[in-house]
Amino acid sequence: MRLEPLAHASPWRVLGVTLAALGLAFVLVGGVFVAYGQNPFEVYRLMFTGTLLEARGWQEILRRSIPLLLIGVGLTLAFRTQFYNIGAEGQLLLGAVLAAGVALFLPLPAPLSLPAMALAGALGGALWCGLAAWLRLRFSVNEILSTLMLNYVAQSLVIFLINGPWRGKDVRGYIYSDRFAEYQQIPLWPGSSVHWPTLLLGVLLALLLQFLLFRTTLGFRMRIVGENPGAARYLGIAQGRVLLLLALITGGMAGLAGVGEIAGIHHRLIEPSQLSSGYGFTAIIVAWLARGHPALVLLTAPLMGLVLAGGDLLKVSLNMPFRIVDVFSGVILFCLIGSELFLRYRLRWGR
Amino acid sequence: MPALLELKNITKRFPGVVANDGVSLEVYPGEVLALLGENGAGKSTLVSILYGLYRPDEGVILVEGRPVRIGSPMDALRLGIGLVPQHPTLVNRHTVAENLALGVGSPLLPAQRIVPLVERMAQGYGLQLDPRARVYQLSPGEKQRVEIVRALLRGAKVLILDEPTSVLTPQEAEALFRVMRELRAAGKSLVFISHKLEEVLSIADRCTVLRRGRVVGSLPKEEASKARLAELMVGRSVSFERKRQAAQVGDVVLEVEQLEARSSRNLPALRGVSFALHRGEILGIAGVAGNGQSELVEVLAGLRSPEAGSVRLLGQPLPAHPARLFALGVAHIPEDRIQMGTVPSMSVTENLALRTFDRPPLARGALLDPAAFLAQAEARVREYAIATPSLHTPSRLLSGGNIQKVILARELAGKPQLILAVHPTYGLDIGATEQVHRVLLEKTQQGAAVLLVSEDLEELLSLCDRIGVLYRGWLKGPFAVGSLTREEIGLLMTGGEA
Repeated sequence: MRLEPLAHASPWRVLGVTLAALGLAFVLVGGVFVAYGQNPFEVYRLMFTGTLLEARGWQEILRRSIPLLLIGVGLTLAFRTQFYNIGAEGQLLLGAVLAAGVALFLPLPAPLSLPAMALAGALGGALWCGLAAWLRLRFSVNEILSTLMLNYVAQSLVIFLINGPWRGKDVRGYIYSDRFAEYQQIPLWPGSSVHWPTLLLGVLLALLLQFLLFRTTLGFRMRIVGENPGAARYLGIAQGRVLLLLALITGGMAGLAGVGEIAGIHHRLIEPSQLSSGYGFTAIIVAWLARGHPALVLLTAPLMGLVLAGGDLLKVSLNMPFRIVDVFSGVILFCLIGSELFLRYRLRWGR
Repeated sequence: MPALLELKNITKRFPGVVANDGVSLEVYPGEVLALLGENGAGKSTLVSILYGLYRPDEGVILVEGRPVRIGSPMDALRLGIGLVPQHPTLVNRHTVAENLALGVGSPLLPAQRIVPLVERMAQGYGLQLDPRARVYQLSPGEKQRVEIVRALLRGAKVLILDEPTSVLTPQEAEALFRVMRELRAAGKSLVFISHKLEEVLSIADRCTVLRRGRVVGSLPKEEASKARLAELMVGRSVSFERKRQAAQVGDVVLEVEQLEARSSRNLPALRGVSFALHRGEILGIAGVAGNGQSELVEVLAGLRSPEAGSVRLLGQPLPAHPARLFALGVAHIPEDRIQMGTVPSMSVTENLALRTFDRPPLARGALLDPAAFLAQAEARVREYAIATPSLHTPSRLLSGGNIQKVILARELAGKPQLILAVHPTYGLDIGATEQVHRVLLEKTQQGAAVLLVSEDLEELLSLCDRIGVLYRGWLKGPFAVGSLTREEIGLLMTGGEA
């Protein structure tokens, strides 16, 4: 058995390898279920029937997919341009903070309130990510480290705000802000907790960014910068400007996801771990799966949404720790990255 | 006399190609066998098979008449087959002796014990080396000598030299040939891989020519000639005639005065460089790599700001921006066609559009027009005879020659006033080289001025009207071609005076 270099991986090969990696991840996680004393087939049956065959399950998948979609689209663009933003979690929180700030303290006419919150949230995420981009451009700070570290700063900021200056007046022992007014809440799909305007926005942005990347001069420039910085320099493309713009877009999308979570579901600023449950990290897998095509996030985000919704079910029905979904995400990402080998090489049997 | 090394019907297949197709050859003691062929002809594969890096799919290898299996470089060395690789594989921070002791030294004080052996080599074959020098202080020629000595110390009877002259000045190449003759006289066999015909004719006893994986001819020295070998390599007769009728030199296009610039490591790279370049003229810049060529081209291409001096393009100060320069008619064929000249993951169509994607006809406002992209690509691919499976093929899948054609087609599409061509034929085969040269001459005829940076003296002498030599940032010349010999240029390249 040996590996032979492969000149070019066809789309079918990419699809096949990706599906195989996902399949392997499910088998490996099955092993974890066995170790937990459960029959893996039973667990998966429960997971899939509970989500895919029931209306409530579908709603849960969609609800979970909304932030993944928004963040994933932005990250797809960032990864494609070789800006490795690992800080979507923090950018989401900053988006939530600014939106909450607008909701709680800025007296605005009711119809303007939600749009202003969305704008402020996008701005918050964009600036948080833009900070990392600026550090990279000005001082060559690796953005993987800076965005990752900024996550913790953002978490601490939220905890500080809801413990101190922004702590609600009527919350008694709890640690969170006051509740937003009715008109500051994103409308839900009747009978569910799917805040559909955010979902619609995510779908539109996915299509828009796909168009931007492949059909506009700006997108062409982004691709040159991302795929060969040497050529960008040779052609005189202002790389710094492209990078900064890109960072603002990807951060802004994460910020919007934060707005969706607090204005659509929680209706107040709450503790970081409850507010996001790791969407910023799960979305990395979503973006990786989409392989540089923002529109493909429309498929990959619901896939991870299914994993998250399934994890909720396992927690409730089988009394498993919810962190089982982290195991799931980790194993999936591990298998996906490992499977890259088979996109560059072909396995040959024999001498 | 029995052959020292014999290959019989060696076949090696890779996905989509047969790299070696029934190759048979023999190497006798005390001879230099030249292995000639274009890029992709199968030379490297054959070397890898001989050195145990690949195993053949079919065929046998005989050493002194016995069939052998070469499974690794260790096996190859045990059988007396040594390789001098094209790019040295030495530990830069270690001394020569320490490098040589790797793999052959005794466990105690290996580097010290190797010194007398190295000195014996030096006397025997004229392989002068200072065993205490550190490798990073050595010139390319000296590093190569370390590789040769290393192979000999390990007991090589057959020495394979893989394109050994590609990194050497003419003088260093001559020194290498002297060593090769000594080794031959001492009964060693040498396999000399090259595509430089002059060198092959001056050193080889026999020439074996590969084309598309097959042996297409094997000639003794007496029957070989440049034209005959080139024909075998390419499969058709090749013209070596390059010089155009008469240089019609016109107005000044580029005027460089007292130019000073620093390298990326902030060391002085250009020191008071001055020259003028005229319409219809090709000015060659010779020099060993790293003597300021890259910095000169970068300044002229708007990629590096000068420290002092002036550069005027058509009488105007040179704008320091690549895109604006291109709009003014400055074409740049960069040194590194993969890292700079193309985006390897993008399609041929997109690579052909890199310069003009943001203006009509390729774009309307901010929107790209895919149909216009394709129409342009189709026309360019036809005009430059770019061999590509399709217009959507990523450019990294093309051969070096075809990647270079993509760059030429893109850069020379308008009516360039000034062409900056850096190593434009490096690594290209004879056919592609011929085409690149023809295009450059054509554009000169049409009134372009060409600055040609090359390490290939043959190329410079056959194409240029004048040649300047860069040495440590100083420009010697430019001199009219014909007023200097190859040897004089070689001397200038190493800091001597002609």
